[in-house]
Amino acid sequence: MDYLALYVTIKLALVTTAVLMVIAAPIAYILAYKHFPGKSFVEALIYLPMALPPTVIGFYLIILMGPRGWAGGIWESLTGGSLLFTFLGITIASIIYSIPFAVQPMKAAFQKIDRRLLDAAYILGLSKRAAFLRVIIPNSVSGIAASAVLVFLHSIGAFGVLLMVGGSIPGQTKVASIAIYEAVEMMDYSAAGFLALGFIPISYAFLLLVNRLNEDSRT
Amino acid sequence: MTLSATLKKRLKYFDLELSFTCPTGRMMVMIGPSGGGKTTIIRMLAGLAKPDDGRIIFGDEVWFDAGRCIHIPPQKRRLGYVFQDYTLFPNLNLYDNAAFAAVDKKEVDVLFELFKIDHLKKRRPHMVSGGERQRCAICQALARHPRLLLLDEPFSALDVITRRGLREELKNLKGKLSCPVIYVTHDINEALFLADEILPVVDGKNDDGWLQRTITREPGSQAVSRGAREPRLSLVY
Repeated sequence: MDYLALYVTIKLALVTTAVLMVIAAPIAYILAYKHFPGKSFVEALIYLPMALPPTVIGFYLIILMGPRGWAGGIWESLTGGSLLFTFLGITIASIIYSIPFAVQPMKAAFQKIDRRLLDAAYILGLSKRAAFLRVIIPNSVSGIAASAVLVFLHSIGAFGVLLMVGGSIPGQTKVASIAIYEAVEMMDYSAAGFLALGFIPISYAFLLLVNRLNEDSRT
Repeated sequence: MTLSATLKKRLKYFDLELSFTCPTGRMMVMIGPSGGGKTTIIRMLAGLAKPDDGRIIFGDEVWFDAGRCIHIPPQKRRLGYVFQDYTLFPNLNLYDNAAFAAVDKKEVDVLFELFKIDHLKKRRPHMVSGGERQRCAICQALARHPRLLLLDEPFSALDVITRRGLREELKNLKGKLSCPVIYVTHDINEALFLADEILPVVDGKNDDGWLQRTITREPGSQAVSRGAREPRLSLVY
C-alpha cells in the first residue's frame, strides 16, 4: 500500500482545511451581513470553482502559477523555485478548489444567528470585531465544523486539479487519488484496491459527522 | 443626568415625531398600541437605529444630533437594554451572560441573589424558565452600571403570575437605581403600577388622551379598536 501517497493526501487535506477556515470566516461574514453593490457577482465568483470542471480550474492555475504567470513569476523572483509541481502549489490549488465548500455552510450558520444577539453585544460595548469573535463564532460552531468536514472530504477527493498543477511526484504531489489512478493504469489492481478501500471508512465516518452536526445546529 | 430627546423618523405607515425628557431616578413608561413605534424609539435611544432628524442629549453629552451629524454608536452610550424576548447568549451560562460586560464581577453574585437566581448560575439560557431568563437579562444590564436603562416589554412573554412578581421586584429596585429608566409596554396595569410618568405613543406621536380613551372606551375613537390587549376588568387590582 502506498502510505506515502496517503500521507500526502491527509497532509494536504489538513492544511487546506486549516487555511480555508481562516480565509472563509471573514468572507462568509461579509456575505452574510454586508450589503454592497455587485455583491451577487462577487458571491457567484467565490462559488465558481464548484461549478467549473476541475480541469478548467487546473488549466487557469497552470497559467497563473507557471513561470510566466503573475503568481508563479512573483514566487520565482522571491525563491528562485517553481510553484508548479510542489506541495505548496497543490495546496493553493486545493484551497481554491474547495473555497465554496468552506464559505457556504459558514455563511448559512452566520445568517442563522439572531440579529438581536448582535444588537445586545453592541449595547454591551463590543466592537464589531469583538462581537464576531465572542458572539458569532461561538454560536456557529456546528456550522463551522460542518464546513471544515466538507472541505476535508472535498480535498481528499481532489484529482484533476492536482494532477494538472502538481503532476505526480512521490512524497510531494502524488496524492492517494492519483496513486489509485496510476496503479490501475499499470494493472496493479491490488494496490489500487487497498488504497480505494481506505477511503470508504474515512469518507463514511466524516459524512456521519456532517449529518450529526447539521442535526445539532437545527435544535 | 437627564435624557432629553427630540426624534423624527419616517416609518412605513406613519411619521414618528415626538420629544420627551426623563431625569435620573425616574421611570418613564412609554405606552401605546403595538406597532406604534415604541420599539423604534428605544432603538434610536440605544443607537441601533438613526432618527432622520432631531437630537438626543444625555446630561452634557450629545448622543445624536442630525444637524451636526453626530451619532454616538451603541458601544459608547453605556446603557442597559432588556429586550422583549430573551437575547442572552445561548453559548454561555447565566453567570457568564450576566458577567459578560460587568464592571465588577463580584457584583454579579449580589445581583443574582437579589433576583433569586443564584442557584442557576451554571445553567444555559435554554435550561431555565422565561422568567429566570429575563431576571438574568436584567442582571446583565445592571452589571454594566448603565447610565440609562431601557426596558422594552421585558415581561410581555411571561405568564401573568411571573409577570406580576417581576413587576414588583422591578418597582422595589427602582428606588436604588441612579439612572433614568424608560419602560415600554402595551399593558396599562403595568404602566400605572410602575410609572413615575406616562408617555402614551400612538402612531409615532405623543397622544396624551389615549390612556383615558382606552380605559373608558369612549365610543367612536379609533384608538379603542387597537387598544390595550388586556380587558378592562384586569384594571381592578
